[in-house]
Amino acid sequence: MQWETVIGLEVHVQLATRSKIFSGASTAFGAEPNTQACAVDLGLPGVLPVLNEQAVAMAVQFGLAVHADIAEVSVFDRKNYFYPDLPKGYQTSQMYHPIVGPGDVEITLEDGSTKRIRIHHAHLEEDAGKSLHEDFHGMTGIDLNRAGTPLLEIVSEPDMRSAKEAAAYLKAIHSIVTYLGISDGNMAEGSMRCDVNVSVRPKGQEAFGTRAEIKNVNSFRFVERAIAFEVERQIELIEDGGSVIQETRLFDPERDETRSMRTKEEANDYRYFPCPDLLPVVLDQAYLDHLRSQLPELPADKRERFQNELGLSAYDANVISASRDMAEFFEVVHSVCGDAKQAANWVQGELSGALNRESLSIANSPISARQLGELISRVLDDTISGKAAKDVFQALWNGQGESADEVIEAKGLKQVTDTGAIEAMIDQVIAESPAQVAQYRDSEPEKRGKMIGYFVGQVMKASRGTANPQQVNGLLKEKLDALL
Amino acid sequence: MYEKTLTQLAAALKSGEFSSRELTAHYLQRIEKADGKLNSFISVTAEQALKQAEIADNARAAGTAGPLAGIPLALKDIFCTRDVKTSCGSKMLDNFIAPYNATVVEKLHAAGTISLGKTNMDEFAMGSSNENSFYGPVKNPWDLTAVPGGSSGGSAAAVAAGLVPAAMGTDTGGSIRQPAAFCGITGLKPTYGRVSRFGIIAYASSLDQAGPMARSAEDCAHLLGVIAGHDGRDSTSVARGVPDYVESLNAPLSGLKIGLPKEYFGDGLAPDVEKAVREAVKVYESLGATVREVSLPHTHYAIPAYYVIAPAEASSNLSRYDGVRFGHRCDNPSDLIDLYTRSRAEGFGEEVKRRILIGTHTLSEGFFDAYYTKAQQVRRLIRQDFLDAFEDVDVLMGPASPTPAFDLGAKKDPVSMYLQDIYTIAVNLAGIPGISVPAGFVGGRPVGLQILGTHFAEAQLLNVAHQFQQATDWHLQRPAFAEEYA
Repeated sequence: MQWETVIGLEVHVQLATRSKIFSGASTAFGAEPNTQACAVDLGLPGVLPVLNEQAVAMAVQFGLAVHADIAEVSVFDRKNYFYPDLPKGYQTSQMYHPIVGPGDVEITLEDGSTKRIRIHHAHLEEDAGKSLHEDFHGMTGIDLNRAGTPLLEIVSEPDMRSAKEAAAYLKAIHSIVTYLGISDGNMAEGSMRCDVNVSVRPKGQEAFGTRAEIKNVNSFRFVERAIAFEVERQIELIEDGGSVIQETRLFDPERDETRSMRTKEEANDYRYFPCPDLLPVVLDQAYLDHLRSQLPELPADKRERFQNELGLSAYDANVISASRDMAEFFEVVHSVCGDAKQAANWVQGELSGALNRESLSIANSPISARQLGELISRVLDDTISGKAAKDVFQALWNGQGESADEVIEAKGLKQVTDTGAIEAMIDQVIAESPAQVAQYRDSEPEKRGKMIGYFVGQVMKASRGTANPQQVNGLLKEKLDALL
Repeated sequence: MYEKTLTQLAAALKSGEFSSRELTAHYLQRIEKADGKLNSFISVTAEQALKQAEIADNARAAGTAGPLAGIPLALKDIFCTRDVKTSCGSKMLDNFIAPYNATVVEKLHAAGTISLGKTNMDEFAMGSSNENSFYGPVKNPWDLTAVPGGSSGGSAAAVAAGLVPAAMGTDTGGSIRQPAAFCGITGLKPTYGRVSRFGIIAYASSLDQAGPMARSAEDCAHLLGVIAGHDGRDSTSVARGVPDYVESLNAPLSGLKIGLPKEYFGDGLAPDVEKAVREAVKVYESLGATVREVSLPHTHYAIPAYYVIAPAEASSNLSRYDGVRFGHRCDNPSDLIDLYTRSRAEGFGEEVKRRILIGTHTLSEGFFDAYYTKAQQVRRLIRQDFLDAFEDVDVLMGPASPTPAFDLGAKKDPVSMYLQDIYTIAVNLAGIPGISVPAGFVGGRPVGLQILGTHFAEAQLLNVAHQFQQATDWHLQRPAFAEEYA
């Protein structure tokens, strides 16, 4: 039987506010346990939440970026359950009236084709703390630094049909939130986590199969692997005569498998009800218009512009626009050198390679976009050869000089294009290589082409690489053939 | 000194008749002598009080003292106080010291008032008799075999017995007005949002409101002026100017339109209480007010709606008492579930557990719409009843409670206890202000007249109550206990 996979994602994005969603405590990552938790985060008696306006603005910006309806009135609800890292015994979330309504996101697949994934809604909520099970000798430690960190939970419709689509969707969300600057998108630090809902159904069947929810998958790669495993598990189960049960599962990246956490029967009754400590969030048109006017150019628009106006390939446009930092770097390089294709090649080739080798993000690139743009310009105007350009790049990377021109000057890499100077060098090489000249002369005409390489090498060496290789080639051929 | 009202004490301090230190020592001595019988205080902070009194006296000498500087007060043990235990009447918080002051406490400090200590209360403010306290019941100074009312029973009894000139209470379903009525003092529940809830331990967040309990409406006016106002730490506090409540006390009442809700004079109201209330209304007529009957047709739904909404919020508000971070923790928990269940089973009293169970049930899947959603609809109707009534009249009047204070141990059945709040509960559901003023006695126990106004009509309520107290002296009566034991 042919099976079809159906996937929906719930993506939790940690919003990049300075303070928590309901308190003034800092949200910075990595502090000593419980040093960034104030009385509100600790759930002490008598304290009250006060909504962080910045979190609201960020949620709205996301909503606008995915063409969603923004709720005029949204309401915070309490989700009640007991857990040691949930200080109040409830999580403040938005169950019935979320701030962001239905919207959609365009994803780009590897073959360059695009697909629209619908977003069901997105809501604001607070994060819980962390339970630390190691180092406490049979006890559990609680770190509440993360408690109260603002999250935007983005819930998709079950519109994805493969692990690749799910990963592409996650990347699209990642690129939107980082473009907007509403999250650092750092998955390793948990700034973006996702729950994956997976089911399978016979191809052609309309009704959905029973789904399993895989909790807390925290990398693009894990999303693909978790889905691949889960799809196989479900198909096998059904083909063996069994049936999938609705349950929550956990992905174990070490073993590359998902395991059951709890079934539907064991699920909590969260007893949602409106939080009486917080007023409904009421947004007016002027506020939305203001935020809309502040939106940056978004990845999809950039991609389209790179393709249509700058003539980049679909692939290049997609890769470069995926990250706002890379796109903006590219745009500066392009504006300096004027050649989009060359700019794209350098950014994706030499620069990305060097960044990857040293595990640097493009924002921390030792070579600036302006420096790279000027370097490319010097290649384009024949000041230096492509080969010398790589040396200049390396020198700038190492901080040996402020600009490409400075490095070219200091290293004497300026290409020699003066015919007289090149001819002089050729004459000298010919004079110093009587044996090779004789050999050239005595060879079959069709073999001479190969032999000319020796002379080019000698001339380049004599010029310390600065002679224009095309010119050297042409002039050598003329001079040697004149000797025949 | 204890015979004086807070207003008179403020004048005496100002004129130098006595110092704040003398006054504070006087009240501390009375507490020392009498509170063994009343049990109205959970904590007495004598040393700190005397130190604060000295600061107030110095400020007075330097000419920087505000009008209430040096006045001793007491705080219901639901207001968080830095460095002093805040128990909320519960074993659960017997070891809890908050690292912050409630906004009300800060405002009172800023005004230079002095805290003598924290008063007894029904556990987590759940109760109408003060018999639900982990620290034992409070006695009514008018009759030591009677309850003082609840949940702010300690504050009411202490003020009535002259152990403190005034105290702070909180009112979720009548917890200021009913004990004020039972103890023969004046108690005001402000409009929801008038006073910050920050630092007040939550029972039912959409209903809780703090207010003053004192000898007279004038005293309450002074105190409300201090504690009212918007607070950035409480999103439900309202950004609205605070009027001068004292200035408007003497406005004449001629032309005042009084409504008597017929539902407040029906079955269940003790005839002698009704008589006292109708006598009080006659006093108003003599002051130039007109009286008419009005209807609040959804009154009989108030108690059921309250006992869905308040426990629902409470069940969630009280989830934080889990033995993990503060408060009572059971000995040697074997695992997490054991830690939760035993800490909570040991830390909470019967009535608190009952309301947590009710609230958990009404919020459960499959019951939520039938209970919680329906109760919220009823709540809107009740609010509308009041708004409709205030189209026709300025204030509403009726009894604060169907009977005077009942005997300790008399109400064993929780529902009969809940019915005590029949005249006060709807006020919290509607969010409007209400005040209870002494209006006579039945069998030696005080009767309270309740006056209700529309949202933010505190100035008017205080004016109406003050004019009554200018014409009567019920509020100046003192129980014999005040002289005999203290």
